[in-house]
Amino acid sequence: MTTSLAALGAEGFQPPEPNDFVFAPYFDSLPWFTRPTLQLLLSVGVIAGLFYLTAKPRAMVPGKLQFAGESAYAFVRNGIARDIIGARDFKRFVPWLFALFYFLILNNLYGIIPYIQFPTMSVVAFPYVLTAISYIVFNVVGIARHGFLRYVKIMTVPSGVPFWLLPIIVPIEFMSNFLVRPITLSLRLFANMFAGHLLILVFALGAEYLLIESAGLLKVAGVASLALALVFTFFEALVQVLQAYIFTLLSALYVAGSLTEEH
Amino acid sequence: MTGTLNTLGYGLAAIGPGIGVGIVFAAYINGVARQPEARGMLQPIAFLGFALSEALAILGFVLFFIAGGAG
Repeated sequence: MTTSLAALGAEGFQPPEPNDFVFAPYFDSLPWFTRPTLQLLLSVGVIAGLFYLTAKPRAMVPGKLQFAGESAYAFVRNGIARDIIGARDFKRFVPWLFALFYFLILNNLYGIIPYIQFPTMSVVAFPYVLTAISYIVFNVVGIARHGFLRYVKIMTVPSGVPFWLLPIIVPIEFMSNFLVRPITLSLRLFANMFAGHLLILVFALGAEYLLIESAGLLKVAGVASLALALVFTFFEALVQVLQAYIFTLLSALYVAGSLTEEH
Repeated sequence: MTGTLNTLGYGLAAIGPGIGVGIVFAAYINGVARQPEARGMLQPIAFLGFALSEALAILGFVLFFIAGGAG
């Protein structure tokens, strides 16, 4: 992060900008290996390690650690997968939803974990790939269940619509189910993380500038800005967990939608 | 005074989703207050409604940067 140094050295206050989300690669020969990539790999290791630790005892009467791991698993299995997809089909999707949820939660919470303080998902490439996986899953599952033509019919023709409305309804449903869904799914996650990080940066850098560079009463404003940075950090914690939940919930909902008989 | 009108535009665009999110959670709170045991069933629906209305603000936010980059 170069902004803090830039804000100090420059003449006036430099607000944070989208360039703060672009990192130089660690090695010139590996242009894809930047800080978000490293965070991503770290998150995979941390999550796998944590859940391996909690699952290792495999005791009939779980200890504290195993209980925590099982509760975390049960939240996704029962609270998201079973409630949304339904008791008949949900088991196949639990590993995917479970991995998705905890992967997202850790990568989002990076935004407020000290020394990391950068949500991986505020780089738009990562939400795109996760959305592509969700998109492929719910389409493939629907086609496998109903066959291609019947699946497209279920997705574009709602039941109980008078036939003279179909020329309007079918394009709208097609747009909303096949084009707008992936766009909103990825952009919702990206923009929430991006905006949240920007928000914290504004108050943190503002506090730094007001406290160090300015004099007199403006220092008081700097204290207020610092307090707001703290408040928004807690607010971001809420948003980050919520967005991980919403992404998983919507993925499960799309799968449920392509599995049902009626639209 | 200098700046970009995009900021004002996005501020205006956020009004609608803001009201929408408010209505969604008002209905959710109302439902839970009337029937506390329905909370588990209402929660995913509330967050779904929240996510769908929020999508509009998100599209505006992204357009803010797209239009800002072009201008």
